[in-house]
Amino acid sequence: MKLWRIAHARSGDKGTISNISLIAFRSADYARLARHVTAARVRERFADLVTGEVRRYELPSIGALNFVLHGMADGGVTRTLALDAHGKSLSSALLDMEIPDDEMTRADGTDSETDRPLGGGSRRTGDANRS
Amino acid sequence: MKTVRIGSGAGYAGDRIEPAVELATHGSLDYLVFECLAERTIALAQEARAKDPSRGFDPMLERRLEAVLPACRERGVTIVTNMGAANPASAGACARELAQRLGCLGLTIATVSGDDVYDVVMAGDFTVAETGGPVSALKDRLISANAYIGAEPIVRALSQGAQLVITGRAADPSLFVAPLVHSFGWQPDEWAELGRATLVGHLLECAGQVTGGYFADPGRKDVDDLERLGFPIAEVPEHGPVIITKVSGTGGLVTEATCKEQLLYEIHDPSAYVTPDTVADFSRVTVTDVGHDRVAVAGATGRARPDVLKVSLGYRDGYIGEGQISYAGSGAVRRARLAAAVARDRLERSGISRSDLRCDLIGVSALHGEGISAAAMDPYEVRVRVAARAASREAAQRIGDEVETLYTNGPAGGGGATRSVREVVAIASTFIPRALVPCTVRVEVAS
Repeated sequence: MKLWRIAHARSGDKGTISNISLIAFRSADYARLARHVTAARVRERFADLVTGEVRRYELPSIGALNFVLHGMADGGVTRTLALDAHGKSLSSALLDMEIPDDEMTRADGTDSETDRPLGGGSRRTGDANRS
Repeated sequence: MKTVRIGSGAGYAGDRIEPAVELATHGSLDYLVFECLAERTIALAQEARAKDPSRGFDPMLERRLEAVLPACRERGVTIVTNMGAANPASAGACARELAQRLGCLGLTIATVSGDDVYDVVMAGDFTVAETGGPVSALKDRLISANAYIGAEPIVRALSQGAQLVITGRAADPSLFVAPLVHSFGWQPDEWAELGRATLVGHLLECAGQVTGGYFADPGRKDVDDLERLGFPIAEVPEHGPVIITKVSGTGGLVTEATCKEQLLYEIHDPSAYVTPDTVADFSRVTVTDVGHDRVAVAGATGRARPDVLKVSLGYRDGYIGEGQISYAGSGAVRRARLAAAVARDRLERSGISRSDLRCDLIGVSALHGEGISAAAMDPYEVRVRVAARAASREAAQRIGDEVETLYTNGPAGGGGATRSVREVVAIASTFIPRALVPCTVRVEVAS
């Protein structure tokens, strides 16, 4: 299963350091993210791009992990030769990462063939104020 | 209980203007903040000031203020912005002339200066954090050295009755922290409140990025009316949860998901977000939907501020030349790879660029390299990009020239070649004691 089915992400930079947040759509899926998306796996995923360490911070109160990638190859945003100087597209590469399908609960009836995330992407379901 | 309403009118120097007008007119705001300085913007502004001493502030200052000043004046909305960039004094003069022209007589304008520490870092013994070398070794390559200043001088300006505050390199969240400190009378060591205010600033400083901008992913994360994206408002009580919302009827959305993404944007250790005002702790923040486009954020706190201020150093770092050319149809990727190899070989043989050269296949592997991209299928079209560093503009020009020659000297079917050259203004940082950055506030009334 690809990560985008249960999580969303955003990346940004400060000099030669990039960060990628990974946020569970449903708080129940946070534990799976924490178990499967380790700093080592993220380091491996971005092996071509990162020269330093990858550090992971855990934010259970919002169901999120924050990955900090040290030593982005090519010297950082202001002098890099890279097309995406800010590394803003890194979040999409993380979301395409595979995690095991084992504990999959499709109780909400989501069809695995459709391109929909399991958590619902926009407004929280049951938002009574939604017109 | 008093609640302060702050709107965010711009997330960067080139941001859209219409959402700020909506905020000024319909936001029932107390404060409207424009955050317009990125790391490199201030260095470019210093270069502009070096050419013309009356410039060096945000070139969109006049357009932005002209769009919102009458509505802000009518509704008593105070404006805070770092559009002063490298020249807050001249920005203030520009704003005063504009206020006179618009008939906003009596408008109290404050400018904050003191963040320019070029002479201090050149004269002292400071180390470049990224390289470990001395700052003074940058010599004439150094364009700018600006300390990130905090909320304190902005609070001073507000307490003197300023209705428009223009700063240089104030830290992004400090622009939002200052109105809250002023409104609630917090002391400079009420770290928990400052941490809470810093969270407000952090969530709002990129404007549309918390209201559905930079969020849409069709079918996964849908955003209604993105083309009419509205900018955010924070409703801040003296204590307790803050509400993030936007003007009703504008496009976009404010949900737990949009707030969580922005909460961690450009954050490293969430328990230690260092600003000039406090070391904020966002690690136990909670985010809760409380209505349509209304999200409550709580749980931020802070610790004592650092004794040193970060200084952003802008310096000249050579040139980058670039060329691009496209290939289509079956075999396009093979031809593109051949083209890249040919251009690389020619540039290396000619001595233009031997080491710092990069070839990308746009549409195939340009963003994340061959490893991640390997499993993807061949695209219908692909664009070769060759970029290399060079010491002079003339040498950099040769990079793109060597891509253009691929028309008649490269693989079959190349089209749409383009070339560009840009001077590199690189950014590094150092840290200096707070006492070396005294800020002055100057208040004038448009008459």
